[in-house]
Amino acid sequence: MTSTGLTVVRGKRTVAQKILGFFGNSVVNIVLVIIALFWLIPSIGLFITSLRPIGQSTSSGWWTVFTAPMQLTLDNYLALLGNTAITGSLLNTVLIVVPTTLLVVVIGALAAHAFAWIDFPGRDWLLIAVIVLLAVPLQVALIPLARLFGALGIFGSIAGVVMFHVAFGLPFAIFLLRNFFTQVPAELLEASRLDGASEWRIFRQIIFPLGLPAIASLAIFQFLWTWNDLLVGLIFTNSDSRPITVAIQSQLRTFGANIDVLSAGAFLSMIVPLIVFFAFQRFFVQALMAGSSK
Amino acid sequence: MTSVSVAPPVTAARRGGASHPSGAARKRRTFVVALAFLAPALVLLGALVVYPIVFTLIRSFQDNSGAFVGGTNYLEMFTNQSTFTAIRNNVIWVVVAPIVCTVLGLIFAVLMDRIKWQTAFKLIVFMPMAISMLAAGVIFRTMFQQDPELGVVNAAITATQDAVGGTSAFPSAKARPDSGIAATPDGAIATEDAVDVGDSAIFPLTGIRAGDLPASATQVEDPSSAGNDEITGAVFSDVIRGGGGTPGVIEDGKFGLPGVTVQALSDTGTVLASAVTDDTGRFTLSGLDPGSYTLSLPASNFTAGATGIDWLGPQLITPVVILSYVWIWAGFAMIMIASGLSAIDRSLLEAARMDGANEWNVFRRITAPLLMPVLVVVFVTLIINVLKIFDLVYVIPPGASKPDANVIAVEMWTVSFGGGNDQGLGSALAILLLVLVLPSMIINVRRFRQDKNR
Repeated sequence: MTSTGLTVVRGKRTVAQKILGFFGNSVVNIVLVIIALFWLIPSIGLFITSLRPIGQSTSSGWWTVFTAPMQLTLDNYLALLGNTAITGSLLNTVLIVVPTTLLVVVIGALAAHAFAWIDFPGRDWLLIAVIVLLAVPLQVALIPLARLFGALGIFGSIAGVVMFHVAFGLPFAIFLLRNFFTQVPAELLEASRLDGASEWRIFRQIIFPLGLPAIASLAIFQFLWTWNDLLVGLIFTNSDSRPITVAIQSQLRTFGANIDVLSAGAFLSMIVPLIVFFAFQRFFVQALMAGSSK
Repeated sequence: MTSVSVAPPVTAARRGGASHPSGAARKRRTFVVALAFLAPALVLLGALVVYPIVFTLIRSFQDNSGAFVGGTNYLEMFTNQSTFTAIRNNVIWVVVAPIVCTVLGLIFAVLMDRIKWQTAFKLIVFMPMAISMLAAGVIFRTMFQQDPELGVVNAAITATQDAVGGTSAFPSAKARPDSGIAATPDGAIATEDAVDVGDSAIFPLTGIRAGDLPASATQVEDPSSAGNDEITGAVFSDVIRGGGGTPGVIEDGKFGLPGVTVQALSDTGTVLASAVTDDTGRFTLSGLDPGSYTLSLPASNFTAGATGIDWLGPQLITPVVILSYVWIWAGFAMIMIASGLSAIDRSLLEAARMDGANEWNVFRRITAPLLMPVLVVVFVTLIINVLKIFDLVYVIPPGASKPDANVIAVEMWTVSFGGGNDQGLGSALAILLLVLVLPSMIINVRRFRQDKNR
């Protein structure tokens, strides 16, 4: 669609082709508007449902707000925020997500530095091992780690969940950061090495600052990933340490009758990820692309 | 292995090592430093990822109590109905979901190039990636509820059906009490006494919502006189808008109900004649032998259209859950493919067009091959992701259709933690997932080595 492309083609275009092109573009616009609507409606529906009193949600659909005047209310949210089980689980999510993200970033960056810039024997084999671990389904660790954490006395605690997430976040972190770190100009490091700088100093003063965009990408990615986890939380937490996803999930058994709690809870659990996503989506996209394409 | 590498730092370090007399000591030092940087990651990966793989592998050959049972668990996996369904569904998932996501992503990425509000479109389609599958599950379960009053999908379908087909359905209709008709146990409305051939019968119904009344409905009229093999009658909404009127009587302001099926039933309940009401609500049942018959408005008049498609039932549950997955991951494919497209050198395409290639040939011969690496990445990522799908399948299906929606990851959770309490079988299922992921692992490693050698 570059302008040069158009000029080249335009020479050959007949009037009929121009008309077709014009309508073609309107058709594309209309089709994409419809697709965008399809992609938006689910979230909008959830949001409106979360603002309706339970009596209305069980008798009519959310779209009736557009045809009949309905009272929208924040009651569902107020009820949730007054519910200590929910607020507690929201706090648990934060307590799980923040340490996980920090640990993955720090431990991953250290290892990535070694893989990118320290020439130790067996490096490539170890890196291949990391790439293999990238695709390991976390299901293989559920049973043994439940046992191990039980023996260590951290089964059901936030510490256990954090350790699980960190371990399974590391391969991606190492892979992603190593790819970025290798792009730092080698001359910078050589100069520092000649000056007698220690590896730690090189990491701290050159690699870490220059790799910050990549580290931000990783942090966003890990943050969202951990925030949205259900399975690990489901198995490795108890009623005191469970994250918001598990707390909402526990209401699913009686779906229709709990739609007020479920819709508001689900939306509440989405707010932070959505803010993070819209604020930092560039980094998020970068992490996904670097992580999978390189 | 270092000889394969062409990265500058390696050469630099090697050069340094060679020029120093104390090469061995230096190497040892480098090793110690590297170890210090790697230690935290290696310890965690070793203890929490590698060790569990070995443990699970061994555990998969043991029964629940820990006794060695050989391949029994693996055998059970394919013979047990529940696990078999899970494996079969996983195959459907792996075949359908990545293809649909990639194809949609490709279409979106190509079309997106031609609109001015690209960024907005990208954000909208990509946004579901940010929210939890739990939230997405709650969303889709709400959307696909069967009751068209509650689920938006069935609401849309019923609305379209009503607009296109004009099928008459009066889900809320009730018999006017004390007017000679009554509801039967099976949901029909029938005359309380039998009607003689040559006579007429009326069905005054109440509770018809204004929205259910078709636009074609007109003022109800008195039944035409019946011939000697006929019974005539009228079905109407026994309410005058704005109030007034006498219950159970045909009068001005009451509307006939068109499209209602009326049946004449024998003593044993056999349908002997059937008719459909016209716009004035009148009907004529003909071809009847002399005698008297019960007239009935069968239940289909009051249920058809009201019951939407049972999306969350056993038959359709997997497609619905896959759809929710596509809603989430099509954006990922789109973003990746769009970045792949933007990296393609436009001058190549222009050159081909100048040589007279049409758009399809340009796509097939130039765009598609150049896009191949990205498509492979998207596909492999999706396959790895789809294989271990858990949250959506755990959240969306209601209890009754859970067995039919089952996948390996959910089954693994169920048998080991969710009450099954058979960690031997659970381990075998986890190993199955690992085995299924192996080809993707190999592709990943291959791609990495190609990148290094380039």
